[in-house]
Amino acid sequence: MSDRFPIELTVNGRHYALEVAVHHTLLDVLRDDLGLTGTKECCVVGECGACTVIIDGRTVNSCLVLAVEADGSEILTVEGLATAGRLSPLQQAFLDTGAAQCGFCIPGQLISAHALLARNPHPTPEDIHEALAGNLCRCAGYEQITEAVLAAAEEVGR
Amino acid sequence: MQDFQYCRPQTVAEAVAVLAEYKEGAQILAGGTDLVIRLRNGEIHPTAVIDLKRIAELRPGVRREDGCLVISATAVMADIERSEAVLRDFPALAEAASTVGSVQIRNRATVVGNICNASPAADTAPPLLVYDASAVAVSPGGTRRIHLNDFFVRSGQTTLQPGELVTGLEIPLPKRRLGAAYTRLTRRRGTDLASITLCCGVDEDGVTRLAYGSVGPRPVLVLDESGTLADPNAPDEAKTPILEQMLAGASPSPRSMRAGPEYRLAMLRVLGRRALGTAIERLAKGEAA
Amino acid sequence: MTTQAIGASLPRVGGEERVTGGLEYVADIRLTNVLHAKLVTIDCARARLISIDKTAAEAVPGVRLVMTADDLPQPMLRFGPQVEDRPVLAVGEVRYHGEPVALVAAETKDAAEEGARLLKVEYEELPAVFTVDAALDPAAPLVQEAAIRRPGDPLADTNKFSEHHYGWGDVEAAESEADLVVEHTYEYPMVTQFAIEPHACQAAPDGDGIMMWATTQHPYQLQKILAKLLDMPLSKVRVFAPDLGGAFGGKQWPHMHPAVAFAALRTGRPVKLVMTLEESFQAVRRTSAKVRYRTGFRSDGTLVFEDVESNFLIGAYADIADRVVTKGNWLAAGPYRVPAVRIIARGILSNTPPATAMRGFGIPETAWPREMNLDEGAIALGIDRLEIRLRNLARQGEEFVPGETPADGDWEQTVRRAAELIDWGQPLAEGRGRGLALGCKSGPTTGISYGTVRFLSDGSAILLSGVSDMGQGARTVYAQIVAHELGVPMEKITVIMGDTGVVPFTQQTSASRSTVLMGNATLGACRDIQHQLQKAAAGLYGVDESEIIVERGVVRLPNRELSLADVLKAALGSLGGEFIGNGVDRKDPTPGHPIKGTAYFYEFNCTAIDVEVDRGTGEVTVLRHITVADTGKSLNPMQVSGQDDGAAIMGLGHSMMEHYIFDEKGRVRNLGAIDYRIPTSKDLPLELISEQIENGDGPGPYGAKGVSEGALLCTAPALGAAVRDATGIAIRDLPLSPERVWRAMRDGK
Repeated sequence: MSDRFPIELTVNGRHYALEVAVHHTLLDVLRDDLGLTGTKECCVVGECGACTVIIDGRTVNSCLVLAVEADGSEILTVEGLATAGRLSPLQQAFLDTGAAQCGFCIPGQLISAHALLARNPHPTPEDIHEALAGNLCRCAGYEQITEAVLAAAEEVGR
Repeated sequence: MQDFQYCRPQTVAEAVAVLAEYKEGAQILAGGTDLVIRLRNGEIHPTAVIDLKRIAELRPGVRREDGCLVISATAVMADIERSEAVLRDFPALAEAASTVGSVQIRNRATVVGNICNASPAADTAPPLLVYDASAVAVSPGGTRRIHLNDFFVRSGQTTLQPGELVTGLEIPLPKRRLGAAYTRLTRRRGTDLASITLCCGVDEDGVTRLAYGSVGPRPVLVLDESGTLADPNAPDEAKTPILEQMLAGASPSPRSMRAGPEYRLAMLRVLGRRALGTAIERLAKGEAA
Repeated sequence: MTTQAIGASLPRVGGEERVTGGLEYVADIRLTNVLHAKLVTIDCARARLISIDKTAAEAVPGVRLVMTADDLPQPMLRFGPQVEDRPVLAVGEVRYHGEPVALVAAETKDAAEEGARLLKVEYEELPAVFTVDAALDPAAPLVQEAAIRRPGDPLADTNKFSEHHYGWGDVEAAESEADLVVEHTYEYPMVTQFAIEPHACQAAPDGDGIMMWATTQHPYQLQKILAKLLDMPLSKVRVFAPDLGGAFGGKQWPHMHPAVAFAALRTGRPVKLVMTLEESFQAVRRTSAKVRYRTGFRSDGTLVFEDVESNFLIGAYADIADRVVTKGNWLAAGPYRVPAVRIIARGILSNTPPATAMRGFGIPETAWPREMNLDEGAIALGIDRLEIRLRNLARQGEEFVPGETPADGDWEQTVRRAAELIDWGQPLAEGRGRGLALGCKSGPTTGISYGTVRFLSDGSAILLSGVSDMGQGARTVYAQIVAHELGVPMEKITVIMGDTGVVPFTQQTSASRSTVLMGNATLGACRDIQHQLQKAAAGLYGVDESEIIVERGVVRLPNRELSLADVLKAALGSLGGEFIGNGVDRKDPTPGHPIKGTAYFYEFNCTAIDVEVDRGTGEVTVLRHITVADTGKSLNPMQVSGQDDGAAIMGLGHSMMEHYIFDEKGRVRNLGAIDYRIPTSKDLPLELISEQIENGDGPGPYGAKGVSEGALLCTAPALGAAVRDATGIAIRDLPLSPERVWRAMRDGK
């Protein structure tokens, strides 16, 4: 019924040209149109961070971005963290510290952590808490997530 | 189901023209952190959504111009938080910006959007009032500046006329040294909407500016020119009545879920004092201009 | 050789899928030809339904079904684990804010939402009751009319769903022995599970049967309920339970699932319903409670009696909430030696979201008053608050509730360790306070799990487990057991869960039972295989069975040692095949037991907290949070710590910031994430330490007991005690938000 608006996205290095409904969010399009279900839907009001992705280098809640706004952007989702089937140091660290329990918040946590390490390679625990404050975890694995980010920072720093 | 025209003007003039075309049916989209929520829950049904983010004239988001710091309509909280120019001359604004939501929110939410939404709890409103900011409003008829104290009316309502687009905020570069502090009241340490927002600025002439929000329909700015509040050596008995008078304008809603009115009024005093103390300290240390 | 899998912090099985985003939760599964469903609710806590006009909804392009009570079999089918009171869709009356009135299914989510929006429901708002006092008022309207109450229910003309009486000794007589009686009424707030994954299910017709993918902890219970409602044999109802994105008890029992099933059958197509977070808050929560607790002490601090009257607000439908009332109150007297106890525990119906199971299952609500009273007694009698607990604590082997499983651990050791970690007895700075509390919960009282292990021809293994993995790491623990017993490397083990069509029965995943019940069943299946291979080895190598020892992946013959895998291959020969092992663990009901069975084990916890209170704002900073649990054996210490840390933080959430806020008409005002606050990474204690006491004295594999709920049981009273220690004021309701604490400091209560 509603007009379809053509957009182009580069997601995890891959180019997509598609038509979207104007009112659909980037989260809707990633999950439903592109089948990238790694990014999760939870609160839908920008509070929980389960939908966190990176647009042009910055983390955002994709539930609050209209897909049309993202036209021409470069987007990184959790599916783009591993390269050639090898887990990134951050992903490996999350496994090693047991940070992923139920796992539902983890894609968002990873993306926020990835962005943090890109701009601050040597974060303190307080830096990590601040950077990941918009990613809720009800399993409350915050300590292990923090440990994982510290371990990954150290690993990458080597 | 929402069905609107999505517009991406390339210039301010174009944006103003589209706004004139769609009138009340248009919604301005900068950060989208408020707009998208309202679209989704059906609170608004625009005929057009005007996305400002492609307008080149609005970049860079923070720049100096004619004795002012100009924050454009597309400058996001994260930029304000980190801007050297803001940190140097208007640190309480950077402080406030850093409290808005999470990193993800701050990467999208704009200061101008925060102001135009006119939520009484807008975090950037108190420091902008203390720093004497004005909104730059552009319409087909021309451009005018609206001092922020004349900008807010009540929740969701400003003195903007139909067809006016706020392209930025102008903050006059300080002519006197000022020490300022921003503080807020929340229900948890983690990201939260504020139940009180408060900024206190003390300048070298002994003028104290107090701006506070979320305790009434709009953010309030009050001044003490007696010099008493600003005086680190003045006793509490002297400061209290002045502070009381300045806070008398507070009328928190009894319906609020976030904090009860008694608590808010009491905390206004507690936070007001603490912010005043910090502002005096910062002025003395020369931390702020 | 075999790795030491037990007691090792091995990486989570299923971890890789979680960090790549590859794990498919229910909402991620994409069935072909699926219709998207949306529930319709009205903005009322209670209303009489007058009429529903489908015209506009049905006219929306893409809408394929608008289903209301009238479209379902008549009379309305009802379901529920304890009482079949909940209708598939609301009929006649809406009893809580968020009760589904209709289901719209359409080709797209947008069309379904539009159809739901355009459905015209005519209703008359009715007065609602949403507090214990309002519900108990003799003039209160009935939440449930007599027709849907249990037949012959003497309480049917009240909002009391149930009333249970527990106790022993003579409380009246004991009063005369008490030198001090402390009596107060405490409130535990209404909170919700808030799993990050909202509730969801997908149903698809499957020949003459049906398939359902659901966010469920109990696939076999869902299967049973669906089979009955749809009038199908169990064998035709296949429930898939993908790993959950958190559950915490809220995903145990069905609510919107039958409606989705009917929608699939009516349209002949798969139907997918993903609830919003707000809808999830309206669907499930924890029982809230108002408890009047009287504690009688002798002057030396020993307990003389405990007299408890508990009113638990259970909501509009019983779900499993009455079981929560019974289990939570059965142990209300605590892990102490008390000569006389009287407990009256009621489940009170209310026009609120139905309460269901939630981590702790009624114990947090009763530990809160009990432990706070204990502290008050200690302070009044001039006895140290740790000492008073040790003086009354049941020791290992003591029957502290007559007829019930005796204390199954060295609880004193747990308590002393927590006290040591918090530096109990060391002075605190001004404005700071310290609290310590104990919690004890019974594990499952009945249950059954079947485990099947298939030992494949190349020495790898498949394990079938009917337990659900919701983050507690069940998959990993069972794989560890198989690794340990059969000598199969972890990376060669596949655990298949969540499919009633393939995996044998497990009654449910709750009460922290997965390690014990399913663990024992898995162990049994492994032992079965070991036994079969022992027999096979006897035949292959001409040795008497009695001279062969099979353990930990090794077959020991008199003259040599072989790996189990090698014996397997030799036994299978050129034909190939596999060895299948079956195990079962069951805990049968105890006849005549008031809560159906004795405790299989206890989860015992001691929590100690240091706080600093800002006298100006009332803000409480948790400086140190210590939690020590008696786990028997931590099969995977990393996973156990994760669960204990998580439970501790969730406990802080309940105690400091979480609660439903109602308006004057009983509607929930703070649905969703903006105004229902849970702890973020910035709300952690400055220091959080969780430790486990492992004495190998549990009934589970290698001496394990259950974990995951312990660290939440007594967080509230530990915090409340610390705040009282810092401010001098006991606050008897929660959460201890800054505003609440400020008001307490101002008013003295």
